[in-house]
Amino acid sequence: MAEEPLLVVRDLHKHYPVSAGLMGQVKMTLRAVDGISFTLARGETLGLVGESGCGKSTAGKALMRLIEPTSGSVRLNGIEITGLSRRELHAQRRQMQAVFQDPYSSLNPKMTAGALVAEPLINFGLGNSAERRARVEDLFGRVGLRAGDMAKYPHEFSGGQRQRLGIARALAPGPTLVVGDEPVSALDVSVQAQVVNLLVRLQREFGLAYLFIAHDLAVVRHISDRVAVMYLGRIVELAPTATLFARPAHPYTQALLEAIPIPDPRRRRSRAVLRGEVPSPINPPSGCHFHPRCPIATERCRVEVPELRDLGAGQSAACHHAPAPPAATRETISA
Amino acid sequence: MTDSPVLQIEDLRTQFLTHGGIAKAVDGVSYHVNRGETLGVVGESGCGKSVTALSVMRLVPDPPGRIVSGRVLLHGQDLLELDEAAMRRVRGNRIGMIFQEPMTSLNPVLTVGRQIEEVVALHQNLPARQAAERAVEMLRLVQIPEPQRRAREYPHQLSGGMRQRVMIAMALSCNPEVLIADEPTTALDVTIQAQILELIREIQQRTGTAIVLITHDLGVIAETADRVVVMYAGKKVEEAPVTALFDAPLHPYTRGLMVSMPRLDSPLGPERGELPEIPGMVPSLSALPEGCRFAPRCPLAVQQCREEPPLIEYAPGHVAACWRAGE
Amino acid sequence: MSIATTRTRIVRPLVVRRRGLLTRHPRITLAALLLGTLAGLAIFAPFITEYDPMTLAVTQRLRPPSAAHWFGTDAYGRDTFSRTIYGGRISMQIGVSVAAMSVLIGVVVGMLGGAIRWLDPIVMRISDGLMSIPAILLAIALMSLTKASVATVIIAITIPEVPRVIRLVRSLVLTIREQTYMQAAIASGTRLPRLMLRHILPNVLTPLIVQATYICASAVLLEAYLGFLGAGTPTEVPSWGNIIAENRTFVQLATWNVMFPGVFLALMVLGVNMLGDGVRDLLDPRLAGRIGK
Repeated sequence: MAEEPLLVVRDLHKHYPVSAGLMGQVKMTLRAVDGISFTLARGETLGLVGESGCGKSTAGKALMRLIEPTSGSVRLNGIEITGLSRRELHAQRRQMQAVFQDPYSSLNPKMTAGALVAEPLINFGLGNSAERRARVEDLFGRVGLRAGDMAKYPHEFSGGQRQRLGIARALAPGPTLVVGDEPVSALDVSVQAQVVNLLVRLQREFGLAYLFIAHDLAVVRHISDRVAVMYLGRIVELAPTATLFARPAHPYTQALLEAIPIPDPRRRRSRAVLRGEVPSPINPPSGCHFHPRCPIATERCRVEVPELRDLGAGQSAACHHAPAPPAATRETISA
Repeated sequence: MTDSPVLQIEDLRTQFLTHGGIAKAVDGVSYHVNRGETLGVVGESGCGKSVTALSVMRLVPDPPGRIVSGRVLLHGQDLLELDEAAMRRVRGNRIGMIFQEPMTSLNPVLTVGRQIEEVVALHQNLPARQAAERAVEMLRLVQIPEPQRRAREYPHQLSGGMRQRVMIAMALSCNPEVLIADEPTTALDVTIQAQILELIREIQQRTGTAIVLITHDLGVIAETADRVVVMYAGKKVEEAPVTALFDAPLHPYTRGLMVSMPRLDSPLGPERGELPEIPGMVPSLSALPEGCRFAPRCPLAVQQCREEPPLIEYAPGHVAACWRAGE
Repeated sequence: MSIATTRTRIVRPLVVRRRGLLTRHPRITLAALLLGTLAGLAIFAPFITEYDPMTLAVTQRLRPPSAAHWFGTDAYGRDTFSRTIYGGRISMQIGVSVAAMSVLIGVVVGMLGGAIRWLDPIVMRISDGLMSIPAILLAIALMSLTKASVATVIIAITIPEVPRVIRLVRSLVLTIREQTYMQAAIASGTRLPRLMLRHILPNVLTPLIVQATYICASAVLLEAYLGFLGAGTPTEVPSWGNIIAENRTFVQLATWNVMFPGVFLALMVLGVNMLGDGVRDLLDPRLAGRIGK
């Protein structure tokens, strides 16, 4: 390993204490994020997918310390984020910015579009007011908004325009990492493509690394270089995009892909629908969390927690029954 | 399977009074659904697909909304002519409806079994014991495990997928002739969505209920619908059998929707290119463009598009409201 | 079209009526007219009436309303119209001061409590304590410590009002803190002081404007109670409560002396409350769709 990747997450945990019972006497732990590890290179996009409650959003927030992680390590540009004081963290925030899902609630309704985009510049003391204005105008242009709209309030914009505003705001301080928490999920289909294209374009222009958190696998497939699949707080599979979609190794990934409706009525199929539902993260199943729903589960899956195992060609899966790494070199898929 | 329309909507117009003036949420929409058939209604937010459904149920809040013209025929009888008491006997009995958010559609202080019982008791005049049996039977039909026990639980004790199953059980408890499902799987995860869609399909095969499935997701349409209506800005812009629609979409809006969605079989890596976009955004319903409403965003728009295009039948059962669709 | 209109009442056209200010926001317009008139009378009192509210005229005692004395005179021969409109000055002064002071203190303390975790329980317990003191008791206590004055009354009414504002502000802050835009602001490096000033404060203010009008109305009423009980403004000051209190012994002989200030008091409270309700509906986006009624 010559150079450390931009972002290195090691064994990140976020637990919440939960009290149950009438008087709250029963103390339990909700393991929203239960020890996840991954890396993200400069200019790379890692898709983080999973169903609601799998902890993907919590993971994104915990690694940015928008919520405090319970334990684990997050290194950005070689700097350990988890141990920083408030002041030191503020300095590092410039490097990691966020785009949120709901363009209606993620913008303060009482601030103008221009003020919203200028705010991070003020926060980090970047430029004087004339320079800031020029920078905001430039950003408006880059995300496809008219500079004339700077005096408008968020409610005067459409959903797609608001998300552009959120993106401009995230880009303002010049980050190297952008964490997108379902950034296109709330948008209409015809607008979604516009915003996805914009994100890809901006990534090329600024050399950004994206952690793209989403549940829509088709969008994730389009935008990501690698994809991590989460189930009940753990990463169950991580692989280059093409590999993951062509040869998913974990039964959960397979089921997830199988469940996506295909927009082609000729390929309508009677498929093996994954039975049951995601169990509660407060009291998850023993061993492999997925074993009660897994078609190939054995006794071992009930007792032994599977580690994320390297399967070769950048693919790894947390499954006792995942195929072993092939002896011969498989065609390498560029990441 | 017979081919007589169970539900037929004719030239329905529903409008809302807003700060900006009159919003023409549904502007002259007609469609029908036959027995045993699933009609998919697809469109983006604000296209009028949900308001059409609410108009059929006569649940449009007035004010600010109102049905200003049209007919909604259930087996030839115009629902818009019924008095409120007669309409109540239609809702939940002859037409069932399920909504996107099952949590807010269920009463939080009643057990789910009780809620189904009430629907059954109200419409079918069953004694309490039989209504309770019917409730459990319905929960079993929608494949809820341990239906006896689940019937005694409250909505908050159930997961999102289970709640949607309860909604379906409730909507189907009186054997309705039509089931209107408004984004029934949008709030659910993909694996649960697959379960619910499968369930709806199975139940339809068993009961022959006509289904109107409203969604924004072309994937869901492709998997479930027999015929499809595409709506844009309050108008029906295209209607076709599902294979014809996906094989040869005629309206530029339909085509735009289909190509702008990333697909699981599109190329990856450096050659993936940009997603084709539909430029601009959906117009405000109170400030609609003259003529074809899609024209300002349409790559094919010509002078003629300033005039409103009629629905033209380009192939049997395949109509589109576009001057240039045939080219 | 003809088919639809002839058949049922459910299918019928939607008509937009152009509406004037009065019909669009009837409550706010009426309230503004009412309060404007009362305020105008109070402010321009010296130009409206030639009678001084304090000058005694023993020969003119207990005269019923007439062309010379519109609202009659009291037991000392003072002109009741003059005293009533001058009394409006005191009531407005007290209403506005109490509303302004309690909102100001409440916002500062409530925001600090809502934003700083360790401060919150302390603020809340002190508020609970203050809320348990009746305003009237506090006023009497303050009066016994200091001299009766308008300022004492304002302080006495303000103190029990403040905790209510604090509670409101705190609950608003707790809601706002959970909004995504707060998280977005933190993610873009916004520090606490700016978070409070730019993100929390503007979103707290709107509901507080409504609350302020209710406080104003209740302060006006409370001042009248205090005056009536003799625990309010000094008796020589013509406040509505004082006028009613002074004249209660003659109420059967000279109804006008109690009735007119009473009516003014009621109108003022009505006006302020209507303004509050009107502003609340205007600012509540959930009610925005109802304009088509």
